[in-house]
Amino acid sequence: MNAPQSATETPDAAQDTVWVETVPLIDRIPRSVQMAFVFVVFVALWDVVTRSGLVSAIILPTPWETARDLVFVGRNLITGDYMLRALWTTIKEVIYGFALAIAIGFTLGVIVGETAFGERAIMPYLVAIDTMPKVAFAPLFVAWLGFDIHSKVALAAFIATFPIVVGTAAGLHAADANARMLFKTMGASRWQTLIKLKLLTGLPQIFTGLKIAAVGVMAGAITGEFLGGGKGFGELIRVAASNLNTPRVFSLILYLSIVGLALYAFVTWVQRTFVFWHKDQVLRGAD
Amino acid sequence: MSTAAAANPMPGVTAGAPVYELEGVGKTYARNNLVALEAVNLTLTKGSFSAVIGSSGCGKSTLLKIMAGLIPPSTGRVTLQGRPVTGPRRDIGMMFQQATLFPWRTTIDNIVLPIEIRDGKSAARAARDRARELLELVGLKGFENVYPNELSGGMAQRAAICRMLITEPAVLLLDEPFSALDELSRDFMNMELQRICRSREATAFLVTHSIPEAVILSDVVYVMKPRPGRIAEVIEIDLPRPRTLDMMTTPKFGQLVDKIRSRLDKEAFL
Repeated sequence: MNAPQSATETPDAAQDTVWVETVPLIDRIPRSVQMAFVFVVFVALWDVVTRSGLVSAIILPTPWETARDLVFVGRNLITGDYMLRALWTTIKEVIYGFALAIAIGFTLGVIVGETAFGERAIMPYLVAIDTMPKVAFAPLFVAWLGFDIHSKVALAAFIATFPIVVGTAAGLHAADANARMLFKTMGASRWQTLIKLKLLTGLPQIFTGLKIAAVGVMAGAITGEFLGGGKGFGELIRVAASNLNTPRVFSLILYLSIVGLALYAFVTWVQRTFVFWHKDQVLRGAD
Repeated sequence: MSTAAAANPMPGVTAGAPVYELEGVGKTYARNNLVALEAVNLTLTKGSFSAVIGSSGCGKSTLLKIMAGLIPPSTGRVTLQGRPVTGPRRDIGMMFQQATLFPWRTTIDNIVLPIEIRDGKSAARAARDRARELLELVGLKGFENVYPNELSGGMAQRAAICRMLITEPAVLLLDEPFSALDELSRDFMNMELQRICRSREATAFLVTHSIPEAVILSDVVYVMKPRPGRIAEVIEIDLPRPRTLDMMTTPKFGQLVDKIRSRLDKEAFL
């Protein structure tokens, strides 16, 4: 409304009211530059520590050695050599393990979150098992399922199931009293309330569980390979470590982390597509 | 009058006929032997607007839940359109303090939700035209495909009104519908509510904490008192229709507000 008025104002008057808003330095530098800065400092420190002989090369290779090995492993992966086959084995374990964890975790989560019996009689057992160190079950899975990928899939799924159960059960309780009452007044059945209200309201929590599970499933697969042998990437890491080939261990871990990152990114992408309406999601759009 | 008759779910019922009747309705919670409600008698006539007012704990929400068919009364009879209320029904429309629109549904999908729940998806699709008409009635034309997080508080409550009206209920139960809005929007929405109720000849029952709101909207105000929850006083509001916000400054309005306040003061704050 004031626009026509201010247009007729004299330049002097306009100048009086000019405010120069100062943007803090940290906001003016792009995020990528800030991240690159941290990376450079980290590598420089690493270089100084290794080159000066402060740390033995067997314990910590120089950044240069690691980079050279990264290229070597990268070439091997691209040409489809034994490393790619090992990586593919591990990826299969992760995918099967994650799918299994989702199927079991979601079902258990709905039983525990929706039924009074599940909450009272089943949940205590799940909590009890969840507090156990799950990695300790690895030898059992190997004994039961052998040295092939089955035992690794089982351990990966075992570790990843619990966050999904907890996320789903918590999500089903997320709908507020008003929404439940509204569904009651509309004469909604229990099934309709579950599908059209509780599960949808709980999606943010369910996805939080899935993200934690995505991290756990990776750890489970690699731990399974360390303890149960097989032909996966974990085995390559174990062999490299026992040969004191530290640069190889480093580069294998880096490539492995790409797989983990991809899985996490996939879950996040699915979440953004389906939970576009969530408040946090809208706000988080900035980063 | 002809348009009102078209919206009337029971064509035989003329204005003034009883729609909703409560006889000796009481509620005692067995768990702590608390008498939440004692012998409530009230009759809502076709096209009337009634309000119930009282301090917290006077049994207002218990009364409303019984009227909505959400909980059974311990004693007495609840009858809507000649049939006893034994559970939630499609001829009961309800609205809460929070709009409670679901963020994953567009405005129009939120409005047809009651149809979708009761009659399925194809019936809900068929109801979209009716939903569009309702959106126009409440002044939200053009917002059908907008998600609720883009609506203001007042707009969300307008959409909630549409959702309540989509099943063409015989009675509207309003649980402090605008108390979460700011004062200016609240006055405005109350006048809008009056207009919508009049245009559809709706029978409405409002629960509120605000005496002026009860007076400006209602034909009858029920004053409730706690321990045990009961209707202590029935006050007829004989201000002319349609009501306007200007009436809130008239001496007559002031007298009515004072009268209700004096009735409330005696026991409410013991």
